[in-house]
Amino acid sequence: MSLTDSTPTASTTAGNPTVQVPEPPVPGRLVHGGFVHGILTNKKALFGLAVLVVFALLALLAPLLAPGNPSDFGPEASLAPSANHLLGTTSKGQDVLALTLWGSRSSLTVGFIVGIAATFIGCLVGIASAYFGKAIDELLSLLTNIFLLIPGLPLLVVLAAFLPPGPATVVVVLVITGWAGSARVLRSQALSLRSKDFVAAAVVTGEKAWRIMFREILPNMASIVMSTLLGCVIYGIGAQAGLEFLGLGDTGSVSWGTNLYWANNDGALMTGDWWVLLPSGVAIAVVAFALALINYAVDEITNPRLRVEKKG
Amino acid sequence: MVFLLRRLGFYIIAFWACITLNFFLPRLMPGDPVSRMFSQVQSQMRPDQVDALRRLFGLDDRPLWEQYIAYIGNIFRGDMGISLSRFPAPVSEVIGAQIGWTLLLGGTSLVIAVILGNFLGILAAWRRGKFLDSVFPPLLIFVGSFPYFWLAMAALYLFGITLGWLPLSHAFSTGLSPAFSLEYIGDVAVHLILPALTIVLVSIGGWMLGMRNTMIATTAEDYITMARAKGLRPARIMFQYAARNAMLPSVTSFGMSLGFVVGGALLTETVFAYPGIGYQLLTSVQALDYPLTQGIFLTITAAVLAANFLVDIIYVRLDPRVRVS
Repeated sequence: MSLTDSTPTASTTAGNPTVQVPEPPVPGRLVHGGFVHGILTNKKALFGLAVLVVFALLALLAPLLAPGNPSDFGPEASLAPSANHLLGTTSKGQDVLALTLWGSRSSLTVGFIVGIAATFIGCLVGIASAYFGKAIDELLSLLTNIFLLIPGLPLLVVLAAFLPPGPATVVVVLVITGWAGSARVLRSQALSLRSKDFVAAAVVTGEKAWRIMFREILPNMASIVMSTLLGCVIYGIGAQAGLEFLGLGDTGSVSWGTNLYWANNDGALMTGDWWVLLPSGVAIAVVAFALALINYAVDEITNPRLRVEKKG
Repeated sequence: MVFLLRRLGFYIIAFWACITLNFFLPRLMPGDPVSRMFSQVQSQMRPDQVDALRRLFGLDDRPLWEQYIAYIGNIFRGDMGISLSRFPAPVSEVIGAQIGWTLLLGGTSLVIAVILGNFLGILAAWRRGKFLDSVFPPLLIFVGSFPYFWLAMAALYLFGITLGWLPLSHAFSTGLSPAFSLEYIGDVAVHLILPALTIVLVSIGGWMLGMRNTMIATTAEDYITMARAKGLRPARIMFQYAARNAMLPSVTSFGMSLGFVVGGALLTETVFAYPGIGYQLLTSVQALDYPLTQGIFLTITAAVLAANFLVDIIYVRLDPRVRVS
């Protein structure tokens, strides 16, 4: 097989398609630039990003906005929202606003760590599966499919029940149950790139496998990796909240999930203290919605058919 | 046929993986699980309970592989040990008494969400950029962003406590005994409304968007243009030509979401104290009833695997291409 036979297809093999090229072109950079531009001119994406930035700031500034330990009990219990306690107090006299602000730290941190870790493993498994093919692909796909099929939440519950409790356990458990979906999506994308000429070129020039996987294939999947990451972060935030709501997380910490766990445990629903339940749930939903909007925008940018044609 | 056999082989391997996970999890815990549990329940365990546990965890002095083989043998005989929190009821009996409720709740909400979501997706794609297409997707994504259990609590608060329209918890009123009477069935249905509603609300957006997107791709196909050119009625083109072909990915997601329904039902069941196996799984975890916990996990997994195999069989019938490749 001679390399010069391969005709450069589209922009992916921009550059000189001969073996003597010292620096293989890094495809995808152009695509990437257009992608950033697309995000910054998309209303949905901008709105989502703005919401995320606001929440990140609130989380960072929590010690300034609500000084002191948010879990400390106070004398004023079960107060409805008022000027003194903007979001009211719990039946133990804790300030709900302080709990929500401090809760954002754990929820956002765990959500993003889980999201990044799950996406990373997904990339690793998905791309390796597509790149090596054959037995390795069979094995990794089997593993992925098994993890995909095992019902997630029951597995979460069982794992959380058997592993020693703590914040690290929550992250580990969520990553174990969360990576498979992204691996499957990324594999199918990597599979179509695997057969492209520039990958074949890199293989023939004797590039190392990991270099081809991460420097040649991965950059071309930027948008799908991005959308997988967003999905995994949403999963991380939601699943942490679910796990903690069930009392299987780190009940000693303050997060949106534990806030809801204690609210439910203290019977906020029955006593009608709706303000205790509202903020953390809405916060989770708003963050997840912001991430979903960005995801939606990514889809629109990369798949023009989904865009609604502008009139005129 | 080869395809189905391959799939069957896959499901068997998946199930074996779960059994193995179940076998090794308690053994990976630091220390002896039985003494750990024994200390955690403040020695309230009877000697026969401790014995049952030791037998389950194979803490006799047999080598690990012998315990493992014995464990797998027991699973296939349907012997998943003795429940501790409901001692001396066998795990299989406890699960058998409750799985029906989960199937009822999960099945009902899944079917409603699939039918309604796909229908909305078809309509949205057909009328691109119109009201349904521009308002529903973002709205449903927003609703779907709420945690399952939170929406369940909100619905419970609104319709159960504040308005008092619907029952707060359980699958049927206390004092009513299960029977095939109109009163009992009606009571069960009324208790089903709130939990099912919350699951439908959260999951419907995904169905709608998925269908919308494949439907949009389908309507760009030549045979749709051809059908239009022939002057067929729009409703016929929409359902018989476009939607029928756009349905296939939905069938796959249907299989995939079976596991999700059990998962979602777990949280919903917890909020409504609905007596399904999801709720039981949580109670067994809290009660440190490890045999029951493991038994429920295996049962849920087996059910999901079986359901997926069923979907595979349907898929082969629907899409001839699968048979060839």
